[in-house]
Amino acid sequence: MARVKAAKGPPLHSRNWFGKASAGLILGYGLALGLSGLFAWFGPQGIEGGGGKAQINMWLMSPVWALVLSFCFLFRDGPRAWLWLGLANLLVFGLLFGGRALVA
Amino acid sequence: MRIDVVRMYKDIHTWVGIVSGLALFIAFYAGAITMFERPLQRWASPPSALPPAVALEDAPRLIEATLAAHPEAARDYQINISPTPEAPARMAWHVPGPSGERGDEIGFASALTPQGELVVVEDTPAPVAQLVDLLHQQVGLPFDHEIAMPIMGAVCLLYAVALVSGVIVLLPSLSKDLFALRAGKNLKRMWLDVHNALGVFSLPFHIVMALTAVVFAFHDQFYDTQDVAVYQRGLEDIWAADVPAKPQLAPGARLLPPAEVVARLADQAPGFAPRHISYRTGPDGIAVARVEGEDLRYGHRGPDFGFAVLDPYTGELVDTEYMPGRQTGWMAVVTGFFALHFGNFGGAPVRWGYFALGLAGAFLFYSGNLLWVETRRKRLRRDGAEVTQSRSTRILGALTVGGSLGCVAGSSATIAAAKWLPGQVQDLPAWHMGIYYAVFLAAVGWALARGAARAGVELLCVCAGATALIPLTSLAGALRLAPGGGNHAGPGVLIDNVPKLRARPEHGVMNGVPVVLRSSTSAKKRGLVMGKAGAGASSNKDTPRAGSTVAPP
Repeated sequence: MARVKAAKGPPLHSRNWFGKASAGLILGYGLALGLSGLFAWFGPQGIEGGGGKAQINMWLMSPVWALVLSFCFLFRDGPRAWLWLGLANLLVFGLLFGGRALVA
Repeated sequence: MRIDVVRMYKDIHTWVGIVSGLALFIAFYAGAITMFERPLQRWASPPSALPPAVALEDAPRLIEATLAAHPEAARDYQINISPTPEAPARMAWHVPGPSGERGDEIGFASALTPQGELVVVEDTPAPVAQLVDLLHQQVGLPFDHEIAMPIMGAVCLLYAVALVSGVIVLLPSLSKDLFALRAGKNLKRMWLDVHNALGVFSLPFHIVMALTAVVFAFHDQFYDTQDVAVYQRGLEDIWAADVPAKPQLAPGARLLPPAEVVARLADQAPGFAPRHISYRTGPDGIAVARVEGEDLRYGHRGPDFGFAVLDPYTGELVDTEYMPGRQTGWMAVVTGFFALHFGNFGGAPVRWGYFALGLAGAFLFYSGNLLWVETRRKRLRRDGAEVTQSRSTRILGALTVGGSLGCVAGSSATIAAAKWLPGQVQDLPAWHMGIYYAVFLAAVGWALARGAARAGVELLCVCAGATALIPLTSLAGALRLAPGGGNHAGPGVLIDNVPKLRARPEHGVMNGVPVVLRSSTSAKKRGLVMGKAGAGASSNKDTPRAGSTVAPP
């Protein structure tokens, strides 16, 4: 069972929620989009999976978006959330577009 | 777990709960009722004005007579396989309504008199079950679907955050708190114990609901952005490539009569209970048949049905990608998501389970808001302030009590009205909406005026009274006092008399209950089921194959 521990650095708090939540909402959507794209192209059956696969790709966005939005508060502050989630977006979309170029 | 993380998520849990709690209460309460949408529909249906339906074997006679008088029906008509009180006609079709928009349609139904004369009536299904479903889908918002859905989606995202944050807050003390119910002087403690236990034990249900509802709200946006970012505008091609080939028409081929289609289907798919057959003919003159029905051993794509596409000239199944138990690969997985939201597998026991979980969910949000009020009060007391509630606490407490109990009383009142309104008023749907919102707003106003504590007791009495009107209306129906007509035998009885359920021998209460015309408007709105607009319509992408089997109008 998890024990309650004291914070090591400056403690997290909820007052700076807006920067973190907006990053989670907007960049979380981007991340969901990019990751679903990676699954669409490089997951099982790739882009040739047909209409059923396309529906699954759409469904996958919901859990990713909801999870990023839920855990974005673990960033220390808004700018850090935007920075790290932005980098994650760059990475994911880089992989998506790069990978797609390689395949095509 | 770090203490600051727990504290932070406690704040987050509180605020997302406050913002979304009331809407979620309405969604869950109305959603619990929609588990029995079809029996409710049956209960609310007035007696049919049509002569008794002809035998299924005689359907060709009816089809011939109807199409001779109404050639516009030939494009797309339905044959009901076993007529029931809520769908009494053997044959039905619809034509575009005045606005010409999708969803605005006028339905017709036909029958033959014993002398063989054709009778056609406008088919106006009792609207109350659909209204409850709409309350559920739009979290009680009286707006256009296009406006209500993004708001519903936002509420569901908050709901997802509330689930994660609630679990994080509870984790450190989970083993201590989970099995405890400390009923005693500390009321807040007891509410919290109940709230925690409900939340943890129904967590899987809530995760399913939050994630599926986010999809239902935003699937258009998801598809549109994916079309650009993922498919390079190729999504339409993917849908189009998925269309099954049209049946090759042998020279002199004739449409099989409905009884023959049912027999051929039973050979190929035993266990699938068909409800109705839609014959749809494209501009090329070639027809396809879509058979809607249920197989309770499996999950279903629609709220309580799946469907198969047949070649109506040979009776061969040509597309089973939406047919329960016969789907393959990805489609079976997608249907799993829908089935988990709708609880449409396994029949009555699962429906009752979902009903209980839905009510428990509503109570989860109710207790959450009450906890907020109690916490404010306690904090004030600790701060040495006078224990009068601040204005925000007072208003939120009143909104919680008034909104939740208003939803309960309003739903009951408008359901009870279903047997009294027909014949008395013109616009039934508007009256049902009016009754619901009048009661709802009156309850909210009452709670604001009287304060949460006093209004709670009074409104609970109102809820009990309004809900008692439903069985009283059934009684009036049995005594032939209600203008909406008497009661119908069959599974609808389970609304009036719950214990009888156990005595029913069928493997499910929903078994063999056909529906004509409505073909689940709710599902259509969610884009789950084909619409007449075909595969291209934006809200129709979930079922491209089904949509694309429809001929363009």
